[in-house]
Amino acid sequence: MNDLTLLIPEFLVAGLAFLTLGADLVLPDRRKPLLPAMAAVGLAGIAAFTFAYLRGKTGSLYGGALVVDGYALFFKVFFVSLGAVVALSSVEYVKRRLEHPGEYYGILILTALAAMLMASSRELLTAYISLELLSFGLYVLVGFDRYNPKSNEAGAKYILLGAFSSALMLYGISQIYGLLGTTYFDGIAAALAATPEPGLGAQVGLALLAAGLAFKVAAVPFHMWAPDAYEGAPTPITAYLAVGSKAAAFALALRIFAEALLPAAPDWQPVIAVVAALTMTLGNLVALAQSNIKRLLAYSSIGHAGYLLLGVAALASLDGDGATSIELSHLAVNGIVLHIAAYAVTNVAAFLCVSVVSDATGREDTAAFSGLAARAPGLAMVMAASLFSLAGLPIFAGFVSKFYLFNAAAAQGLLWLAGLAIFTSLISLYYYLAVIRRMYIDSPEHAIVETGPAPGHAPMDSRIRLPRLTSALLSALFAATILLGIYPAPLMAAIQHASEALLTYSRQLPIW
Amino acid sequence: MSALHSHILLALVALPLLGAAVLIAIPGGRAAAVRWAALMFAFVVMALSLYVFVAYDHAGAGFQFERAWDWLALPGPWPLGERGISLALGVDGISALMVMLTGVVMFTGVLVSWNVSHRGKDFFALYFLLLAGVFGVFVSLDLFFLFFFYELAVLPMYLLIGVWGSSTDFKTFIRTKEYGAMKLMLYLVAGSVLIWVALMAIFAQADLGTFGFADLQASGSFPATFQRIFFPFLMVGFGVLAGMWPFHTWSPDGHVAAPTAVSMVHAGVLMKLGAYGILRVGMGLLPEGAETWMPVLVGLGAVNVMYGAVSALGQRDLKYVVGYSSVSHMGYVLMGLATLNHLGVSGAVLQMFSHGIMTALFFAVVGAIYDSTHTRDIAALEGMAKRMKTTTALFVIAGLTSLGLPGLSGFVAELLVFIGLFQTYPILGALGVIGAAITAVYILRLIAKVFFGTMDERWAGQPDISRIEGVSSAVLAAFLLLMGLLPFPFIQAIDESVASLLKIVAGAG
Repeated sequence: MNDLTLLIPEFLVAGLAFLTLGADLVLPDRRKPLLPAMAAVGLAGIAAFTFAYLRGKTGSLYGGALVVDGYALFFKVFFVSLGAVVALSSVEYVKRRLEHPGEYYGILILTALAAMLMASSRELLTAYISLELLSFGLYVLVGFDRYNPKSNEAGAKYILLGAFSSALMLYGISQIYGLLGTTYFDGIAAALAATPEPGLGAQVGLALLAAGLAFKVAAVPFHMWAPDAYEGAPTPITAYLAVGSKAAAFALALRIFAEALLPAAPDWQPVIAVVAALTMTLGNLVALAQSNIKRLLAYSSIGHAGYLLLGVAALASLDGDGATSIELSHLAVNGIVLHIAAYAVTNVAAFLCVSVVSDATGREDTAAFSGLAARAPGLAMVMAASLFSLAGLPIFAGFVSKFYLFNAAAAQGLLWLAGLAIFTSLISLYYYLAVIRRMYIDSPEHAIVETGPAPGHAPMDSRIRLPRLTSALLSALFAATILLGIYPAPLMAAIQHASEALLTYSRQLPIW
Repeated sequence: MSALHSHILLALVALPLLGAAVLIAIPGGRAAAVRWAALMFAFVVMALSLYVFVAYDHAGAGFQFERAWDWLALPGPWPLGERGISLALGVDGISALMVMLTGVVMFTGVLVSWNVSHRGKDFFALYFLLLAGVFGVFVSLDLFFLFFFYELAVLPMYLLIGVWGSSTDFKTFIRTKEYGAMKLMLYLVAGSVLIWVALMAIFAQADLGTFGFADLQASGSFPATFQRIFFPFLMVGFGVLAGMWPFHTWSPDGHVAAPTAVSMVHAGVLMKLGAYGILRVGMGLLPEGAETWMPVLVGLGAVNVMYGAVSALGQRDLKYVVGYSSVSHMGYVLMGLATLNHLGVSGAVLQMFSHGIMTALFFAVVGAIYDSTHTRDIAALEGMAKRMKTTTALFVIAGLTSLGLPGLSGFVAELLVFIGLFQTYPILGALGVIGAAITAVYILRLIAKVFFGTMDERWAGQPDISRIEGVSSAVLAAFLLLMGLLPFPFIQAIDESVASLLKIVAGAG
């Protein structure tokens, strides 16, 4: 029997989405500022409720297509909270630049719902539909700034390439269903375990499924859409793309690789390792050449996708004669999830800073950051801390999460890949430092000489005043970046719980 | 008492961090409050660091003031349980000496920076962050935290040099501070890439699920081949920070571009982190690897000594002379470590202390000369002794320490290194002595020209070193004399720790 009470958080989120969309219709214009408050407070409330309500509960619905466990719980709370933060960080941007706030927030909430379902899926079609719900929401949000040609272009590119990747994935799923006879993760694992040589057709299916996921996380060679979409999208949505959509894709990918595909680990591990190596190398190298801050962070996020893929490659260790072991898989799962969390906090802060600076200057190139330390010391400090965290320096979250993640890879026998990851982090330090140099060492004159503020913006040497909400949000994210960097144990306890739940399925596979 | 002893090392790390936070919280514009708060924190930290050295019971040897806090468990089927990462702190004689060095240089650095006016609050906050990192490395007994603090010490350097540093005009080209800062940062982080890889390899190889130094050392689970492969990672990785040739080029550029206090800390203490890392992690965990690779290290150290000294001969900028002399002196440290005998390693450790204080004094005095004359050009400075008597006296003390005059700390340290060297590598030992002779040439020539030549008219109204800089330099000079005249307490303090380290190395071979 399906215990639908397990889905109450999802129902609440869906309800909130429609409530927001509906309120937009009836509220008079002067009351519209209520919408983001409604969205953010609603999401935050649901996050708290979800945590309290689902804690300790497990169960599965629809014959195992959807599952509620510690792993799903962690990501549900994560996505709903992330939605609340993104809603708050959008307030200024939406007020200044966008029409139809109700639709914006409503769709944002729907994507959070999709991400929640992705983390719960244990069946390919359920996962696919959740993924599509997420993608459709994002297609709209990326192109939301409809009088901005760049936003339109970004939206169009994202839809075309996204649809292409969905098609690949769907084809892969049909292939898998045709040849293995099931779309359930445990069924796929059993089928793969039973037939060590699954045949070309099934292999193609699995490869296409993986390629579809690689598209969503912007892994090389399927990364082309990312910089354009990131650049054109409204800045808060760029942050959401970089963090939320990536995290959702990894939440699903972990379920697929740690359960459905685990018996085939000897086949995919080298491939994922190579893709990870290419992704981190290319992302960080191309980022060196960027002068637009959003493109720079886009390539940096490709680099980070490479680090997370390194974790996926480290899900299983293979000994000399090809036998798979998951004794240390905890480390890898913990590392991935911790890195996602650290990356989320840091990156949302960084994009919020970008959003403030581009509001103040009307520009999005790195030169617009010149002299920021004098114009807005607090903002510059948060941005610098975020960049140092992305580069993986202590006392910030990025150091601990990278250390943990890379160490997991090394412990699983992928020392070369971990070494490469560290080396590419060194490369990334160069372009992060270039932005820090703009903020702290260059004076605002640099930006004036180069082009000055866009028409209608304050001069480049005036102080930037932060809206109260923005500075509160930035302070909270800054504090979280440092807290995760020096005291990750409480979060790690929650993550540990989540990965325990995920790996339970891996342990039950008929291959041990 | 025991509460003090079990928390004093934590305080050494936490107080600078707390200081940084407090300074950031002080409203901008209250420059005096910032300075005094910084001075108070630095004074307390120095007092604690002196206490650590004095209270360290050298007869008892081993690690003291030990305390560990669980930090992060690492799940897995490990033989020791899920110990993972813990904030384990403790000092032996060697690190106690380094802790004292750091405390003294930190305090004098704050004094020297008394007149930093441009964004003073940010300066001191970053300076404290740097020192928290340095203390952390010297007191950590967990490889994760050792590395954590090592990176923490590198992080603020870019801003400290980039914002508060100075560019050098070489007539044909300009070495900008941005260049110096970026070069330093990338070199040091590149070094830490190698260290990080080695630490991960050590973790994976030991398969204990812990980064605890003692557990790893006791496990004895590193086969000889593994040690031979990964010791060079540590040697080169830490060697970059120690200024090891050919990875030393960041050091003169970085030190010259940095503001005075940062040069003092960087050349005085930070470079010692490199040597300390080789000693603690490299020799302590991979002794067989150390034995295999030490002949290479001694060769590189010899190049450092000669190359640094010859380069110093050719410089026209006072700060570059000191910068290259650091490269040269760090060569003695590397050579001393590489001897793997008791005298040589003791000499290296003493040299770390002696050079740390001496080079801090050098940079402080050169900074004072620059503040007063606005030039560091040796050609322009002449006969400064007539107007700057105290400055001259202080510079001469540092100079004589540098060339190893008996009665000053450099003599004790270098003598031990040389004796140690002659026991194992007599030919390279001779090179080291020649290096000391070249040092005498460039230092004495410099003193003769800059301080005792005929005075240029334009320096006729030159003020002497300011009182506050004078106090800070005098503190440093006092330590040079103290160790020169009374070397035995220093040698005693490190004796047992060096012996037990070498026992591990000998036991492995």
